[in-house]
Amino acid sequence: MKLTRRHTLLMAFGSAVAAILPFRAFAAVEDNITAFTGGAAVGTGGITLIAPEIAENGNTVPIEVSAPGAEAIIVFAAGNPTPDVATFNFGPLAAQQSASTRIRLAGTQDVIAIARMPDGSFVQASQEVKVTIGGCGG
Amino acid sequence: MADNVKPRVRVPSDATAGEEITIKTLISHTMESGQRKDGDGNPIPRSIINRFTCTFNGEPVIDVTMEPAISTNPYFEFQAIVPESGTFEFTWYDDDGSVYTDSKEITVG
Repeated sequence: MKLTRRHTLLMAFGSAVAAILPFRAFAAVEDNITAFTGGAAVGTGGITLIAPEIAENGNTVPIEVSAPGAEAIIVFAAGNPTPDVATFNFGPLAAQQSASTRIRLAGTQDVIAIARMPDGSFVQASQEVKVTIGGCGG
Repeated sequence: MADNVKPRVRVPSDATAGEEITIKTLISHTMESGQRKDGDGNPIPRSIINRFTCTFNGEPVIDVTMEPAISTNPYFEFQAIVPESGTFEFTWYDDDGSVYTDSKEITVG
């Protein structure tokens, strides 16, 4: 194939779109995080997110979140069509502010957990999970 | 959807006062995400369990809000404190309005 000016332009356009797409997915997560934190600064530390580095099947990826003393923990999957995964609200009889479950991931992406502490501060942890087979059908 | 939904819960049958116990729950449910399409390319409507709660003698232990990203047959594992003998109540809320419940007695000896 001869590389004409038209082809070069098309390729440049294609790569620009490819560069924008992940950014837009990321922006959706940012909106959801803001909805949870109300725009407050999110720190780190005091929260643990355990997820596999490589998940063969995106339909059931085991995760565990724990944040000692937290009121609530919210989990996001940054690359899913809808980034929300689950919100855990802990009552007075929860012995540890931790929970395990299984989630769906559409592809390789970051899983983010944010905890709300009783003093109104927020802490976050995230981990990238490489997914071999996506779990959102389609 | 309301048929074939079977909650399964594992709670120890006895504990000492103030002991920390681990509770495991599983409920059979397809958790249709609303993202999939059938053979003709029509989207399959969303049908999931959107909330799960656990209480002990009326006191909340955990309250989980679920989105379609929770896997088929939602599974949860968490820890609870047992101050006295009593009953753990587990409740799942379906998108279609159904409510599934299970309860487990625990004895503090």
